[in-house]
Amino acid sequence: MRYRSIWRKTVNALMLGTTGLCALVTVSVLILILAYLAVKGWRYLSWSFLTQLPKPVGEAGGGMANAIVGSGKLLLVAAVAGVPVGLMAGIYLAEFGGKTFSFMVRYTTDLLNGVPSIVMGIFIYTIVVLPMGHFSALAGGLALGVMLIPIVVRSTEEFLRAVPGTLLEGALALGASRWRGVATVVIPAAFRGIATGVLLSLARVAGETAPLLFTSFSNRYWSPGWSQPIASLPVMIYTYAISPYKSWRQQAWAAGFVLLALVLLVNIGAHVILSRRHSVQRG
Amino acid sequence: MGAVTNLSSMSSEANRGEQLTGRLLRSFEPKFRVSHLNFYYGAVQALHDISLAIPQNQITALIGPSGCGKSTFLRTLNRMSETIRHTRVEGEILLDNEDIFSMDLVTLRRRVGMVFQKPNPFPKTIFDNVAYGLRVNGGHRGAALADAVEASLRRAALWDEVKDQLGKSALALSGGQQQRLCIARALAVNPEVLLLDEPCSALDPIATAKIEDLMFTLKENCTILIVTHSMQQAARVSTHTGFFLLGKLIEFNETDILFKKPLRKETEDYITGRFG
Ligand SMILES: Nc1ncnc2c1ncn2[C@@H]1O[C@H](COP(=O)(O)OP(=O)(O)OP(=O)(O)O)[C@@H](O)[C@H]1O
Ligand SMILES: [Mg+2]
Repeated sequence: MRYRSIWRKTVNALMLGTTGLCALVTVSVLILILAYLAVKGWRYLSWSFLTQLPKPVGEAGGGMANAIVGSGKLLLVAAVAGVPVGLMAGIYLAEFGGKTFSFMVRYTTDLLNGVPSIVMGIFIYTIVVLPMGHFSALAGGLALGVMLIPIVVRSTEEFLRAVPGTLLEGALALGASRWRGVATVVIPAAFRGIATGVLLSLARVAGETAPLLFTSFSNRYWSPGWSQPIASLPVMIYTYAISPYKSWRQQAWAAGFVLLALVLLVNIGAHVILSRRHSVQRG
Repeated sequence: MGAVTNLSSMSSEANRGEQLTGRLLRSFEPKFRVSHLNFYYGAVQALHDISLAIPQNQITALIGPSGCGKSTFLRTLNRMSETIRHTRVEGEILLDNEDIFSMDLVTLRRRVGMVFQKPNPFPKTIFDNVAYGLRVNGGHRGAALADAVEASLRRAALWDEVKDQLGKSALALSGGQQQRLCIARALAVNPEVLLLDEPCSALDPIATAKIEDLMFTLKENCTILIVTHSMQQAARVSTHTGFFLLGKLIEFNETDILFKKPLRKETEDYITGRFG
């Protein structure tokens, strides 16, 4: 009896210790990355880094203004291409889908989510870049857009499902059609959650490098319009970080810092939006 | 519209009580006439051969133990039951002698309003909640819409409490206010029938009293059906009462008679609290 109780206590302490330790590791990884980037990146961050074009090799100074704007443009294309599809599919799954087809869509969505991003790059390369004959912002944005579809689908579905069914019933009982009830009652009720999901999906693909290497490539200058190769922060980091030049490697740290800061900002913004939702609902 | 004198002739169930029912139930103008209604959730039959008539401009109460099919029955009357997948309905339901199953769904639900057990205000402003049905049905705009919203809130005895905060979220109201808001929302489209599924189950006695008062004023223009677990409430508000048990309508009669001199043993057992 006594032996068993000691054994039980030991196992208990052991499990508590291991799970707790793993939780700690998770948190510290993020903190380490943040701290490391802050220390290394902050040092090389300057006003000219944010506002100037890259300088030719050998010249000091210069910046990545084109890559910052480029990332923005790519995300814009991605949002325009991917968000509506993701939203609609999510709405379909949550509100209208039948059993078999929904299962198929959900399953495919999860598979799509698991497609390695480099494969997505090659895919877009084959169907967009090759026919066009050159790399472009459009192709890069499209690659990111396809990547964010499954994220938007699942988060949209989840937030719509969280809306109590009694709300839709209320609308139907007043003579609204199913679509009308969904559009005017259910979707507005889930709006903040859905918007958060969209923001998080953008933050998630903002750092993707592999799909951009074959699609938007890079550019040392401004890229007007949508049909030319365009610089982006992840590709710049990739190119600069493995370059033999010290000043480039330093700028890669600064770029990493900027990218992470932007992603964190979007993340925090999304969570602020979400928490406001709860305070409103409680009145 | 023919008056029903011998209601039990429609019921295959109650041959035993036929003469009694016929004698005790005075004639009335039926709003709804239900005959041989069966309802199935998948393979499970939830309603068995229900036949009854609902008197116009009266309050009819439906009582019975939990799970006996009261809500299911109520939801067939405005065809809300169709929103649940794999359900099937058999039999006939006439609203003013018109078959509801061949009626346009929007028209039917406009004529037959419903208030649910748990208040379910939309997460919108108070105004937008009440205006919802009017907007869905088109027609009212601008000042006319505002007038209609005010009139509905007045009818639901909520106007004085909310007139200065129509732009506020409906979710900020108390439970009793929310339920009256839902009633106002249903009243806005001027329904001929109001289906109330345990509208007071989440409310305190004061809010309950308000809603009961409300029902009395509403029955001037409205036929009301109320599902309730409180036999006191059924006795207080209704003129007619139906007793359901295991998906069957055991007895339907004037409320006084049903509570004082029930025809069936099951009814007596239930109202005297011997089971349920
Ligand atoms: N959506 C559904 N799917 C399957 N069966 C259902 C569904 N809704 C109700 N039922 C079944 O139908 C029967 C009647 O249910 P109903 O909700 O009409 O009862 P009720 O009299 O309203 O009970 P309560 O007083 O608890 O509200 C129950 O046995 C219930 O399990
Ligand atoms: Mg019920």
